[in-house]
Amino acid sequence: MLNSRQKRELLRQMYTIRAFEEKAEQLYTLGKIHGTMHLSIGMEASAVGAIAALRPDDLILSTHRGHGHCIAKGADLKLMMAEFMGKETGYCRGRGGSMHIADVEGGNLGANGVVGGGIPIAVGVGLSLKMQKRDQIILCFFGDGAANLGPFHEALNMAAIWKLPVVYVCENNQYAMSFSVKKAFAIERISDRAAAYGMPGVTVDGNDLMAVYQAVSQAVKRARAGEGPTLIENVTYRWRGHSKSDANRYRTREEIEAWKQKCPIKRFRTQLIEEGVLTEEEADQIEQEAYATIDAAVAFAEASPEPTLETIEEGVYV
Amino acid sequence: MRELSYAEAIREALRQEMQRDERVFIIGEDVGVYGGAFGVTLGLVEEFGEERVIDTPISELGIAGAITGAALTGMRPVGEIMFMDFITLASEQLVNQAAKIRFMFGGKAKVPFVLRTPAGSGTGAAAQHSQSLENWFVHIPGLKVVMPSTPYDVKGLLLASIRDDNPIIFIEHKLLYKVKGAVPEEPYTIPLGTAEVKREGRDLTIVATSIMVKRSLEAAEQLAHEDIEVEVVDPRTLKPLDEETIIRSVMKTGRVLIVHEACKTGGYGGELAAIIAGSEAFDYLDAPIVRLAGRDIPIPYNRDLEYHAVPQVENIVEAARQLARGEV
Repeated sequence: MLNSRQKRELLRQMYTIRAFEEKAEQLYTLGKIHGTMHLSIGMEASAVGAIAALRPDDLILSTHRGHGHCIAKGADLKLMMAEFMGKETGYCRGRGGSMHIADVEGGNLGANGVVGGGIPIAVGVGLSLKMQKRDQIILCFFGDGAANLGPFHEALNMAAIWKLPVVYVCENNQYAMSFSVKKAFAIERISDRAAAYGMPGVTVDGNDLMAVYQAVSQAVKRARAGEGPTLIENVTYRWRGHSKSDANRYRTREEIEAWKQKCPIKRFRTQLIEEGVLTEEEADQIEQEAYATIDAAVAFAEASPEPTLETIEEGVYV
Repeated sequence: MRELSYAEAIREALRQEMQRDERVFIIGEDVGVYGGAFGVTLGLVEEFGEERVIDTPISELGIAGAITGAALTGMRPVGEIMFMDFITLASEQLVNQAAKIRFMFGGKAKVPFVLRTPAGSGTGAAAQHSQSLENWFVHIPGLKVVMPSTPYDVKGLLLASIRDDNPIIFIEHKLLYKVKGAVPEEPYTIPLGTAEVKREGRDLTIVATSIMVKRSLEAAEQLAHEDIEVEVVDPRTLKPLDEETIIRSVMKTGRVLIVHEACKTGGYGGELAAIIAGSEAFDYLDAPIVRLAGRDIPIPYNRDLEYHAVPQVENIVEAARQLARGEV
């Protein structure tokens, strides 16, 4: 179980993700960001709760909506913001941007611009960990949209037949771009598909950090014990559009508002205050500090150099 | 020197590298007891066990993902796609993931794998089991593309490829598997990006890949009787390409015929022609650059039609003769 210090840390992480993404949106509006971005505002408990169940040396594969995963995995916010702004000091030297942030040394094997792109890679990572008899596991995030891709089928089957140390976390945020899960699935729960591969499938309230943490912890335990993968479905909701091109034509304002009432951060904060883990004032302080660290990261990124043209062809080959 | 078939040379390279480096493993469909569809990996599962010679379900994309993820985290996998045609199913992982990971991550990761796959027609397997799709992968920065034509080359290039830190598409030819040639027993590597002059000649240069090297050498032999001396250059790796050896040969002969099995339109021959035309060899050309390639059709089933779908020895002889005689 998590102690008070750990719970405060998780609240801090959620606020940091929210602060990062609000700032990202702001920078975009100011015209300081080149390209697009995918915000996970409203989904913070899924990223933080899942990664809290990992050891620091465990690995993750992330998605195009990956800022939260990256921060929860312990990324340096300065390097992350610098990457977001395309700077040489960024995690990927400005070559990747929002959609490809990776911190391989820190165990984040990368966000992914292709929906479902990480799901088969997780098989290889799991196989590699198993062959090297390393005591780590790989947690692979993907969305509800990715669960309808062929790679989902191939990869989950392979992970299951070889009992690989993989935890598959499906962040069901209700929409694959504009396509509702209600239209995209003839089943109630995406996790029901786990049965087809002979692995446990669990659906949890993805806005309840502790529920996510507990479900993923079980799956991690199972993976580390060599018993194979688990499919977890975190039911959540993205408050913002799919990307910056989204005019929200496929859903109602009422629906978005209803989900905003289920804010995962407010929920966890209230829970911690009720438990006596922290006071209102302490929670406010954590929130303010999170926003301050993001401001510092922006300052670092803005002061960082752009990549030079002389380096344009670097890194294609070893 | 001892002779091995092309398939045996591949198997020996795999065995020697697996003995040398425990990070190397084989993964693909029916690569275990079955020995692969063409028997290339026969016996390796008995020697190295199922943990290092891994049979997979029919999941080409899964195989590509497995080698990508394993390579990213410290292993050196050798994957197999049973027919190159099926690489279409794996291409998302190869093109969007493996090829780009290093660059997208700012040079802070590497994906050292080899994906072996047999290409080519001549087996009566028709349109979905006979393609030569090398140029798709040549077009993708981050991938290397290797296309060996002899038992000696295939061993040395495979060992070099497994030891290389980049993702490599290693294209074998089905009709070469049984071809024998001298192969040293001890491990050796052929550096990627080194072409070889397979036969020296003064009258024209043939640049050929894979099985077309063998057919071009046979054609050169016939043309020698007509006092036409053909130089045959095998790039061996399409990417990286040893431009220098090709350009030097064309400067020597002043005439060049490019031969490959893949369909002509959008094929590697166009790239080679452009490189030659744009090089210092341009001033030495006494005739247009000629390409002889597969027809722009799917490979037909019928034996005769299949035979005439891609360049054969007699087509090479004819094209080379015309070029050498200034009839082009």
